[in-house]
Amino acid sequence: MLSALSLFRAEDGEFSPPSIFEFYPEIVAFAGTPFAINRIMMIRLIVMVLLIVIFWLWTAKFNKAVKTGNVVPGRFQLLGELALNFVRKSIAHDQLGEKDGERFLPLLTTIFFMVFGMNITGIIPFANIAGTSVIGIPLVLAGVAYVTFIYAGTRKHGIKFFKNSLFPSGVPKPFYILVTPIELLSTFILRPVTLALRLLMNMIAGHLLLVLCFSATQFFFFQADGLMSLFGVGTLLFGFAFTLFEILVSVLQAYVFTLLTTVYIQLALADEH
Amino acid sequence: MISRILAAAAPEGAETPNPLLPADYDILWSSVVFVVLLVFFWFKVLPGFKRMLDERAQAIEGRLADAEAAQKAAEARTAEVEADKAQLRAESSSIREDARAEGAAILAELKQQAAKDADRLSETTKASLLAERDSAANALRGEIGALAIELASRIVGEKLDDDKVANRVVDEFIAELEGKKAK
Repeated sequence: MLSALSLFRAEDGEFSPPSIFEFYPEIVAFAGTPFAINRIMMIRLIVMVLLIVIFWLWTAKFNKAVKTGNVVPGRFQLLGELALNFVRKSIAHDQLGEKDGERFLPLLTTIFFMVFGMNITGIIPFANIAGTSVIGIPLVLAGVAYVTFIYAGTRKHGIKFFKNSLFPSGVPKPFYILVTPIELLSTFILRPVTLALRLLMNMIAGHLLLVLCFSATQFFFFQADGLMSLFGVGTLLFGFAFTLFEILVSVLQAYVFTLLTTVYIQLALADEH
Repeated sequence: MISRILAAAAPEGAETPNPLLPADYDILWSSVVFVVLLVFFWFKVLPGFKRMLDERAQAIEGRLADAEAAQKAAEARTAEVEADKAQLRAESSSIREDARAEGAAILAELKQQAAKDADRLSETTKASLLAERDSAANALRGEIGALAIELASRIVGEKLDDDKVANRVVDEFIAELEGKKAK
């Protein structure tokens, strides 16, 4: 598809393919300060507000249920329970057990719903770009996950946590020359990096694919002549398919990010490495 | 693939920003959003959610306990009813037993009385028979007296010293008597 695209570019010159500048929209307020706001930052703030509104409503329902002693949830409340229980049971309790799961639940819940909320804007009309498609959020969340699993490990095992991680037991001493650098790299460097990049690149690629499909559709329908415009049907269908795919990716990346954070915490808490 | 897309996507001549290097505002707003959401989930959503789940678990447990108590009460009641029933059954059987015994006693008494009555009846019958016999004997005696007197007067009319004559007179008398009876 890419080569076909450059072909048309060469012929026509009018088609403007998506560029990396997609992710650096115009600054609309506080330019030049750390509080600068562009479209993506605005989307993030709107998502934040929406998340708060939705979960506020759910919390109100929960509190009402407690007050009235009602044990049969309504449809809306059930949806909230389902969402919160997904993180609580399927991720936190399954990986960490009930006690530690509850300990880290606020963080895991925040990560899951924040990542999902920011991802899904990629396919929401008028937003059309994921809040996670700029490195800020992936980086901050990966940093938080990193700090959290190190905190979990040192809190439980003290300084032995680093010894356990870097010098795994059951390995003959000479092999530490080989094993320790690998462990250092994989545990303390690659984990946060992959966590952040996996999310970021999925969102960037998803956005570029969608822009590509739809701008090509626009181009074929309104600028290409004759039979060429039939290609537009194909690119439109692709765009539709990728939109559905992006919904899946949004949920999946949120799940993967949260699950990996949980697994890292679980590994840090585990007694034997 | 991403690098290819990026490379293909970058307009010529423009300085390509590196998507891996965060801008300061990017980090700031990401952190703000994260902290706000973390605080919100930590102190607002999850406590409410947990309280609701606890409350529900408690309510369900309470209802289970109630149901258990109700079942126990029902079982106790059933046992009571069973005991009552057994007692009633025992009572009724003893009553039946008593009634049977009483019936037997009444029967025996009746039998005894009947026997007594029968005895008395035969007693009276016997007595009345005796009386009748006596009266019959008395009547006969009177008649026989009269007959004897008649016989005697006849014998006195004939010769009394001859046994033959006496015998004949008696035979004649008896024959006459028989003739009378036949009449």
